[in-house]
Amino acid sequence: MDLTLNASRREMLAGSALLGGALLVPLTACAATGSPGKGGLAANTWLAVTPDGKIALALPKTEMGQGILTAITMIAAEELAVAPEAVQVTIAEGDAARFAPLSQGTGGSTSIREVWQPLREAAAKARAALLQAAATQWKAPVADCVAHDGAVLHKPSGKVLTFAALVPVAAAAPLPKDAPLLSPTEFKVLGKAQRRLDGAAKARGTAEYGIDVIVPGMKFAAIAECPIFGGKLAGLDEAAAKAVPGVDAVIRDDDALMIVAGNTWAARQALIAADPKWDAPPAAKGAQQAAIVGTVAAGLNQPGTVAINADPKVALPAATRTITAEYHQSFLAHATMEPSNCVAQVKDGACEIWTGSQIPSDAREAAAKALGFPLEKVTFHNRLMGGGFGRRLEPDMVVRAVGLARRVPWPVKLTWAREQDMTHDFFRPAYADRFTVGVDAAGRPVSWTHKIAGSSIMARLMGPAFKGVDEDVVDGLNAPLYDGFPRTVTFQQVESSVPTGWWRGVGPLRTAFAVECMVDELANAANIDPIGYRLQLTSDPRARAVLEAVRKQSGWDDKRTPNSGLGVAVIHNWDTYMAAVADVSVGADRQIRINRVTVAVDCGQVVNPSGIRAQIDSGVIFGGSAALWGEITIAGGAVEQSNFHDYRVMRMAECPVIETMIIDSHEKPGGMGEPPCAVIGPALANALHALTGKRVRSLPLQKGFEALA
Amino acid sequence: MAITITINGKPRAFDVPAEMPLLWLLRDVAQMTGTKFGCAAGLCGACSVLVDGERAFSCQTPAGDAAGKSVTTIEGLAEQPLGKALTTAWDETDVVQCGYCQPGQIVAAAALLKANPRPDDAAIDAGMSGNICRCGTYPRIRAAIKRAAAINAGGKA
Repeated sequence: MDLTLNASRREMLAGSALLGGALLVPLTACAATGSPGKGGLAANTWLAVTPDGKIALALPKTEMGQGILTAITMIAAEELAVAPEAVQVTIAEGDAARFAPLSQGTGGSTSIREVWQPLREAAAKARAALLQAAATQWKAPVADCVAHDGAVLHKPSGKVLTFAALVPVAAAAPLPKDAPLLSPTEFKVLGKAQRRLDGAAKARGTAEYGIDVIVPGMKFAAIAECPIFGGKLAGLDEAAAKAVPGVDAVIRDDDALMIVAGNTWAARQALIAADPKWDAPPAAKGAQQAAIVGTVAAGLNQPGTVAINADPKVALPAATRTITAEYHQSFLAHATMEPSNCVAQVKDGACEIWTGSQIPSDAREAAAKALGFPLEKVTFHNRLMGGGFGRRLEPDMVVRAVGLARRVPWPVKLTWAREQDMTHDFFRPAYADRFTVGVDAAGRPVSWTHKIAGSSIMARLMGPAFKGVDEDVVDGLNAPLYDGFPRTVTFQQVESSVPTGWWRGVGPLRTAFAVECMVDELANAANIDPIGYRLQLTSDPRARAVLEAVRKQSGWDDKRTPNSGLGVAVIHNWDTYMAAVADVSVGADRQIRINRVTVAVDCGQVVNPSGIRAQIDSGVIFGGSAALWGEITIAGGAVEQSNFHDYRVMRMAECPVIETMIIDSHEKPGGMGEPPCAVIGPALANALHALTGKRVRSLPLQKGFEALA
Repeated sequence: MAITITINGKPRAFDVPAEMPLLWLLRDVAQMTGTKFGCAAGLCGACSVLVDGERAFSCQTPAGDAAGKSVTTIEGLAEQPLGKALTTAWDETDVVQCGYCQPGQIVAAAALLKANPRPDDAAIDAGMSGNICRCGTYPRIRAAIKRAAAINAGGKA
């Protein structure tokens, strides 16, 4: 059987061979010796045992910081009985066909959930083939053979055959149709803290991100996109731009100006000299923040589309009281540390692209479409990402760069300035939620109406094919934690000129904020402890367990210290249960401070506990930044914020103590990138209420708090 | 006009305008990409380098101002004893996530430890708040700096 790993030679030549020192060797290393990996044992199209007995893994998902490279490698290593460090893992090119039916798309905390089973099954088959090859050679029962440390051991005799010795025999036979998976009691790698495989190279500055790619003969480009959404480039001083030393080309798009030069700084200077002028239709120029959020809120007065219908069979007593509340959530930028960038070369009817994408298969297809090239003429070299958070699910930077590259004779690296990156994002949409909840005498809901208004990301992405209610809008509401009462959810789509897109936490980031704040309000109205109230409303044992865990660990039932408010939230999404208790105080300057956050998680089978703890730190800080301070506002049709001085993000001195408890579980593994980001916002709002008695119903909390105070 | 800067111990001459920020000289001209572009406004610290041993934002340092001076980037720092203590501590604490800000964080931590070999939490807050990490590695950076301080002092972490 031939090794069918089909990464191209170009990846090896241009690629990141030094990505992780000895840890990360491109798969193409095995292709360099002649015909691609002839004689290797292919477990599938992206996992193989090479002729020299190494495990070669092309990462089917993308690494943006969430640790998936390490986690997926651990899963392969476990089933193939090697140390994770021994796996040769590479970041794969954009290639939908190679990974089908898996999607290369990395978002929505899907990676482990999608990869877990097919990867284990493929690896187990390769292991079974190696065991069978050894058993045949030894004329021994296969049951007497075990895989261990890159070799097969004959238990009765102690004889050993390395994978390298076995691969020719194993590869000559058909791969077994199925093979037993290891049971959790046999796990040696999974569930144990694994240091990140890409950590050393990243810390030493040798890891290659998209923005670090250097191609021979490459030029550097800077871009100014029209600040007004829907506007156009109306003029520029081209002579002044060209007068800047080092400028090679001035390239105009309808809505953008790009300068190509010998270095990025010269290109940036020339953009300033060019002094581009912009124009936009009156409606685009006239877009203002108050009107936009007002229109979103007014969407709540429309009938909307019914997303979830109250079950008419559920008959409950009439409400003794009705409680209503309305919540508002801001536009947010992603502000990845690595600004948008893309290296592209268009030459002889073919295109090569180097950048970091969360969905390299789609980015490649978008480039091919933009160029009018057949897909096979476009090669997409994916790279590590300096943060993604949903921003790099969009291919806009790739489309822009290939459009530039086709008009110049050089490979070109196009880098967005921070100000350009922040003002030309696909923003977390502003949303409004209104609840009308009927409660009985004990304060329990007997009716629940939840109206939602805001942008539909799916409608934009799917275009005319889109029908029905955007699943993202009601994500987290379809299988609610709280049961026993009928609910109705409606959605009214409201669009503005502001482009909207996926943002870490996705749909449940918004629904959890609204629902978990509302449930807190119901608890307050019933004068019941907020954790106790939630425990009354949910019978789900896993939800109850994470709530009980944070109750204990956070000191919830202890006497509260002065200037300390505790707030709770719990979610069940992405096959993960998570509860958080936030402890906040307010300073004399009225600034909200997060002192401590206690998180309990049940994400099923743990892959890498160090990765889980890292993701919880990450989500608490990323989501906490957004909840406290995050807000993009619009004036004159343009984004008002531009850099970290006016788009505040958390810094070291503002970082709380974060304590994480991981519930032991062998349920199927759940997602970890999104949940902490979604759970922290409502926990903070609820803590602020516990401390101050003020119910802030609009994000960001600091601004909402100041407006109430 | 040639500008001579000692980068990681080696004098190098560059024919660039004196006002070109050191960041772009390093990344685009010298093709040393360990130093990262984050904001070009001195707000995020991703571009941090040491200039004559002091932390500087390379995005805010004109190449001309670095002429005749000694610049240490992450690539050079990682080969020095203090840099090795820091990168080892970073490895052992499993700090990085996306990792993009980490070269700048480590450079800032080196400057902090040079000035204060045993920083407490308040000193770490003061020394490290010029560096943004969007992934939220702050708790592990704090722990890693303490571990590096112990390694650097010759003790065990």
